[in-house]
Amino acid sequence: MILWFTVVQLAVAVSAGLFCLIMGFAGKRPNDWTVGSLALVELLLVVQVVMAIVSPFAGNPALGDPLEYGVYLVSAVLLPIGGVVWALLERSRWSTVILGVVALSLAVMIWRMQVIWTTPVGG
Amino acid sequence: MSTARPTTPSDSSQPEGSSAAPTRPRMRGIGRVLVIVYAVMALGATGRSFVQIARAFDQAPLAYTLSAVSAVVYIVATLALIWSGRPGWYRVAWVAIVFELAGVLIVGTLSLTHPALFQHQTVWSQFGLGYVLIPLFLPMAGLWWLVVHRPSGRVPAAAPEEAAA
Repeated sequence: MILWFTVVQLAVAVSAGLFCLIMGFAGKRPNDWTVGSLALVELLLVVQVVMAIVSPFAGNPALGDPLEYGVYLVSAVLLPIGGVVWALLERSRWSTVILGVVALSLAVMIWRMQVIWTTPVGG
Repeated sequence: MSTARPTTPSDSSQPEGSSAAPTRPRMRGIGRVLVIVYAVMALGATGRSFVQIARAFDQAPLAYTLSAVSAVVYIVATLALIWSGRPGWYRVAWVAIVFELAGVLIVGTLSLTHPALFQHQTVWSQFGLGYVLIPLFLPMAGLWWLVVHRPSGRVPAAAPEEAAA
């Protein structure tokens, strides 16, 4: 992982999470902006997948356990898909809150991935 | 926490194309938020448990077995909550969430009184402190949900679903 890109992902995921939570508790149903914010987080995660594959060949290998990193990354990529589907089964304010919960969960996972990538095993 | 159901028009009692009998309360509103939190915990616990067991089971078999058990409990709780409108799954949800609460409290306490047993982190160590105490409060929220949202009526002798079908 590359630190500045991780920071971008974190900023987007946290912003999306807070945005969706606020919109949800304000009674708004999912709209293009709230769902779109999750789509943006997902897009960045897909880019992250490509980067994670290419990075070791570019001199930036994962210092932590690649299995743990991979499990986190795959989980992070799948979560918005399942989360958005679950949220949109019902079009209510709680659906928007769900989007926010998913985005904040992704922020935590992204942060964990950065730690795993940069922390040597056993450290 | 208000238990009033959201009254948005989309929350009409029509089953969304499913064959659920209208007497069953659907998983709706804030309950769906509960489910997604459970699902995220299940996802995280499963992933972590998988990696722990694959990598280093010998190092801490008790802690890692607990990780696996907690992952299973979260998965079962998630599914049972989704289907908790049916009496059978409602009972499963009760069992799973009570087990989860007991797990958090017991493992949490032991991790503080007998830290040697839990040198490797599990979801329930220190009452879920590593997960911002979500593992501690989540089962309480789950039990609240189950208490407030019983499936309508006891398991009837003549199932109303047959009459409504």
